[in-house]
Amino acid sequence: MNGLIITLVTVLMLAIFLIVFRLSNLASILKNKGKNAEEIDTATNNTHAYLFLILPILATVFTFWYTAKHLGLWGQPHAVAHGKSFDSLFSVAHIIIILMFLITNAALFFFAFKYRYKKNHKATFFPDNSKLEIIWTIVPAIILTTLVFTGWRLWRDVTKDAPENAIQIEVMGKQFNWIARYPGNDNKFGGFNFRYTDDVNELGLDFTDSKVNDDFQATELHLVKGKPVHLKIRARDVIHSVGLPHFRQKMDAVPGQPTKMWFIPTKTTEEMREELKKNPEYMKPDPSTMKGDPKDMKARWETFDYELVCQEICGRGHFSMRMRIIVHDENDYKKWVASQKPFVENNKEYVVEAIKRQQKMKKGEKNVSMQESSQKIN
Amino acid sequence: MASVVANPHDVHVHEEHHEHHDSFLTKYVFSTDHKMIAKQFLITGILWAFIGGLFSILFRLKLGFPEMDYAWLKPLLGKWVALQENGTGQLDPEFYLALVTMHGTIMVFFVLTAGLSGTFSNFLIPLQIGARDMASGFMNMLSYWFFFASSVIMFASIFLEGGPAAGGWVVYPPLSALPQAIQGSGAGMTYWLVAMALFIASSLLGGINYISTVINLRTKGMTFSRLPLTIWAFFITAIIGLLSFPVLFSAAVLLIFDRSLGTSFYLSDIYINGQALDHTGGSAILYQHLFWFLGHPEVYIVLLPALGITSEVIATNARKPIFGYKAMIGSMLGIAVLSFIVWAHHMFVTGMDPFLGSIFMFLTLIIAVPSAVKAFNYITTLWRGNIRYTPGMLFSIGLVSLFISGGVTGIILGNSAMDIYLHDTYYVVAHFHLVMGSASFFGMMAGIYHWFPKMFGRMMDDKLGYLHFWLTFVGVYLVFFPMHFIGLAGFPRRYYEFSAYAAFRDSIYLNLNSFISVAAVITFGAQLLFGFNFFYSIFRGRRATSNPWNSNTLEWTTPLIPGHGNWEGQIPYVYRWAYDYSKPNAEQDGFSDFIPQNVPYTMTPNSNLPHENEMIAIEKEEMLGEDTTIETLAHLAKTK
Repeated sequence: MNGLIITLVTVLMLAIFLIVFRLSNLASILKNKGKNAEEIDTATNNTHAYLFLILPILATVFTFWYTAKHLGLWGQPHAVAHGKSFDSLFSVAHIIIILMFLITNAALFFFAFKYRYKKNHKATFFPDNSKLEIIWTIVPAIILTTLVFTGWRLWRDVTKDAPENAIQIEVMGKQFNWIARYPGNDNKFGGFNFRYTDDVNELGLDFTDSKVNDDFQATELHLVKGKPVHLKIRARDVIHSVGLPHFRQKMDAVPGQPTKMWFIPTKTTEEMREELKKNPEYMKPDPSTMKGDPKDMKARWETFDYELVCQEICGRGHFSMRMRIIVHDENDYKKWVASQKPFVENNKEYVVEAIKRQQKMKKGEKNVSMQESSQKIN
Repeated sequence: MASVVANPHDVHVHEEHHEHHDSFLTKYVFSTDHKMIAKQFLITGILWAFIGGLFSILFRLKLGFPEMDYAWLKPLLGKWVALQENGTGQLDPEFYLALVTMHGTIMVFFVLTAGLSGTFSNFLIPLQIGARDMASGFMNMLSYWFFFASSVIMFASIFLEGGPAAGGWVVYPPLSALPQAIQGSGAGMTYWLVAMALFIASSLLGGINYISTVINLRTKGMTFSRLPLTIWAFFITAIIGLLSFPVLFSAAVLLIFDRSLGTSFYLSDIYINGQALDHTGGSAILYQHLFWFLGHPEVYIVLLPALGITSEVIATNARKPIFGYKAMIGSMLGIAVLSFIVWAHHMFVTGMDPFLGSIFMFLTLIIAVPSAVKAFNYITTLWRGNIRYTPGMLFSIGLVSLFISGGVTGIILGNSAMDIYLHDTYYVVAHFHLVMGSASFFGMMAGIYHWFPKMFGRMMDDKLGYLHFWLTFVGVYLVFFPMHFIGLAGFPRRYYEFSAYAAFRDSIYLNLNSFISVAAVITFGAQLLFGFNFFYSIFRGRRATSNPWNSNTLEWTTPLIPGHGNWEGQIPYVYRWAYDYSKPNAEQDGFSDFIPQNVPYTMTPNSNLPHENEMIAIEKEEMLGEDTTIETLAHLAKTK
């Protein structure tokens, strides 16, 4: 039924369009009879000129009003040490480009309006002017250089090596979720090999390495306020990307090529929620809680969480590849760490079997490599 | 130019006339006439544009209305709409990715490379430089038919069991290398790679032809410093393409090896679907370097022809010389050189050495300077002009605005520090759709409206053109401007929906996305007006005059519908640049507000600038006979 209605409406609209088109064609033939076809229709020409003047003004006014009305929404709130310098660079750069955008577009549309066709008028022959061209080569160059240097300093700070005292966490992406691994009491990660991976040992841990024994895993990322965190990032199937909008960080997770990032969280999840309570944009209800019982309805600040966003296309479930991040204060973090059990302890029977398998595989590898080297000698 | 009396140009008199009687097959199908090949590229490009546009509508509906019932699209999409128990249908998430991928591939390569550069380089190079045809008509024909074969394969891939390629238009491995990772990486990806290999062959055949034609076949007097900016743009574009497409080819070939022959160029340490693969030692990032070595110049391959067309259309319709002709060429050359050394700004967060990131940030921001110069020059060309709003002119002004609006955000994204936050968000989508997608699309439209009379001897309907422009111009801004806002909020690209994240759950974001989708549907609808106008006017449009826009370039000196060989009789000589519009005192020489390129300075003693008067002696010596009189010159320049 729907299909029929849609088809009928489309056919009807097409018919109307064709009739109007035909009639207007005939009308214009009658109107222009005896007129020189080359002559320019000043009225139509002026219409375009006025539209070029009016539409941009309306659009600009509306856009500024709308932007200002929801100012709290453009940009996620940040909770990271370099967030302030990031956001101020971001604001300054945006003010500069908005000015550039407004000035050049204004000139373009104003000239388009002002110098519209007038009968018996002749344009000014103005083929070049070196002074002007030098000015508008140099001015953008200076503005850009300033921006580049500010950006470069921040980039250098953000990408330099993590401090020694940083909390080490391994983050591994796979289709379609993230797994975090903490190094445990020894503060050292045990080794891994992608060939050891299976449904239980999702990280491919090497259980013959004793450092692995106290490593524990989590499906949520737990961080400490005020303490640098160093993420060692890898992927086991396709490229994923660790996007941390609230921490102004992002880094791809690439199979076969480990990457890293570090930052210092500055607000716990609770503190952030308290802060957002005051932001009118976050007092509105969270749309996802509006479907069920009205009693369950929650405001956006209540459902706020730091999140890891997968930001590189990775397949069917790309859009749902989220990991929740919880920032604790020092005490809560210690409590949480204490409550975690190492993977090896949780899967004792499995690990016994796995060690056997892994030792066998290692022997096999050795044999293969010995064969290879003996072949080379031969 | 039917008969040339008292011709001092002995050399060209015996030029052959190319008056064959073609069969349907040689005239319309396997034609070696550059004008027919251009039309073939154009019509194929238009068809592709509708397909690519339709795909974007299909996924925009999902983004704008996440709860929408897709059941009514089941007849079109078949198994890609999964029916729920209650009878409503949902778009398959993998097919969503396939739509996104094909939209990008089609628009970037098939529409804005082949459809734009293929059409206008083919059509305008011989006509504007005064040549009978391309250097090699046969290679030119091959170029189209390689493109056609590529199109057929790409089109066929849409109907494959597992769907077309779905790894994003950049098809990064391992996702694109492993059929286990996503269905589209099976046969769909094989078709994609084969189609792209053919496409690259087509581009190279075309590019070599464009370059050699511009270098070798210019008519007498058409020096490089007198070439219209369109030709400069096509020439530089062809060089960029010739240098960068082979690198994409190598990337594709290595990917084919990894997929089919078990090599490990891009693959390493992969465990997928319960299986550890044997590949070790490859680098997924290597592919990205190779891809973006083409990928970034590709942006300019798409954009420069549009800018070239705009230069010509703006100058003609503002009735003014293009401002800073030499600066325009200089900035295009600058852009061309720089475009090869900025590719890694697409890769700031791939784990590439941060130091390398700094280098690429510096280089990237340098490229903004020549781009800014071009924008300023367009604006100054309008200053104190006498602007006629033809549909072509409207689209050209639209292009300049979009070029600026999309360009300024490049300054943010090229800055590696700020790119961290914005990489792969809708901010990027907004940026490149404005500066590359829409701007180039507007350039293409400007070109079609402007040169339609030369292509088909008829005019397109003005009123429909105006309506098409205003709906498209407003529509494009309404679609892409709000994307900046959701981009600032961190919305990632290529997401099927956003509901999993607390950060993206706000009714305002939802509204913006719905708004964008509605605007997209309307904008797409406006293109149907164009489609109708185009095909209707080919057969029923008002008959054109020989030079409807009062333009200076050589193509308007040909017969209304030029045959194969373009000019009957000899090819006109060129004596001046293409931008003598509204020259002071031209009236005293008997000209109105334009003096075509084939008018010698000898004929325009009153309007000549001092250095041009000096040219008269050279003209007499090199171009004309000693006994040349004003009368013979008048015969030469019949176009007036």
